[in-house]
Amino acid sequence: MTEQYRAALEDLLFRMADDALIYGHRNSEWTGLAPLLEEDIAFSSIAQDKLGHALALYRMLHEMGHPDPDQLAFMRSEHQFRCCHLVELPTQDYAVALMRHALFDYAEHHRYELLEESSYAPLAALARKVRGEIKYHIFHASTWLRMLGVEGTDESRARMQAALDMLFPYALGIFEPTQQEETLRELGIFPGEGILREHWLEDVVPLLESAGYRVPEPSEVEPVVGGRHGYHTEHLQPLLEEMTAVFRIDPTAEW
Amino acid sequence: MSRTVTLQSLDPRVSRLGIPTEQQPFEGVPEGSHLQTFEVFHQTKSGARHIHVGSVHAPNAEMAMVFAKEQYARRSECVNLWVVKTSEIITFSPEDADLFATTTEKTYRDASGYKVMQKILAWKQRLQQQAEQNSPSNSE
Repeated sequence: MTEQYRAALEDLLFRMADDALIYGHRNSEWTGLAPLLEEDIAFSSIAQDKLGHALALYRMLHEMGHPDPDQLAFMRSEHQFRCCHLVELPTQDYAVALMRHALFDYAEHHRYELLEESSYAPLAALARKVRGEIKYHIFHASTWLRMLGVEGTDESRARMQAALDMLFPYALGIFEPTQQEETLRELGIFPGEGILREHWLEDVVPLLESAGYRVPEPSEVEPVVGGRHGYHTEHLQPLLEEMTAVFRIDPTAEW
Repeated sequence: MSRTVTLQSLDPRVSRLGIPTEQQPFEGVPEGSHLQTFEVFHQTKSGARHIHVGSVHAPNAEMAMVFAKEQYARRSECVNLWVVKTSEIITFSPEDADLFATTTEKTYRDASGYKVMQKILAWKQRLQQQAEQNSPSNSE
């Protein structure tokens, strides 16, 4: 592996792993509190899947010489994280949790689909392995979108629409390019955030519209960016403190 | 002047919910506000019969599939699921349980009613005796 290949790959792996970890943690905050018992089980299970994806990606980084997955997840400072702002946002309203779930997981679906052709074999293998899981995640998301949209009430539609309007600029921030964008494409690791954004829009816009929502015109929305370069919302630091509280009591403990 | 005190828990997520410690008395759930239930059947491999595994609450069949998948196909082998509205299952009333009570005089219908067991045992005994006679330890 050349230095150039390694730098580009690490950039992508950290972005993906940190997205999965922080998003998984945020969704796990609903465990025990989701509106229906059945939904609680489903949403918690999705959160668990995401932590599994984060673990698989941190393991790849560990094999490339980085600290072990626990250290990467629990012992880094805020500015070392490369997640997008969308996954950091707290969700006090289940409508926001569900809308983010739809926006984020459709991007994950297309990202892993593109990665099935990656020149980095372990990543291509992971993409094939998680295909079924993510298919369930978007099935869950799209079913809720319709339930609370076209098949919902005035209140459910209004709350989901408000969530969409609030989250859309953050969702476009998923595709914030980094300096490795070109290299990733040239080396066949990943076709790039630009192409991913196109695939996502082609899928998500008609999906949201058919579910009964008004989608902001993407070209008129300023994406919320910074996360891919280590600049985060004020919500990430408190999340990290809470998530790592037990681990930091004794980082060397065996669990 | 009254000040609302909110519930504080060791779980920070619960503390953040801002639940007032002084709760209004619970009025109960209005009639008809519960979701309907669906019965879930799973299939462990292609071609195998679907087996009833439990039920889920859901507003419609599609959501029932979403919930059933995580509740009943997460930990065990599963290749497909059926969900069926509980209300659409046709069943006997519990009062008709006596329909299934077998009266004691019907043992002639059971396989045990036939006297084959004695014949089988006698045949087995004969085989054993032959074996003992032919075995080297007996031939001395």
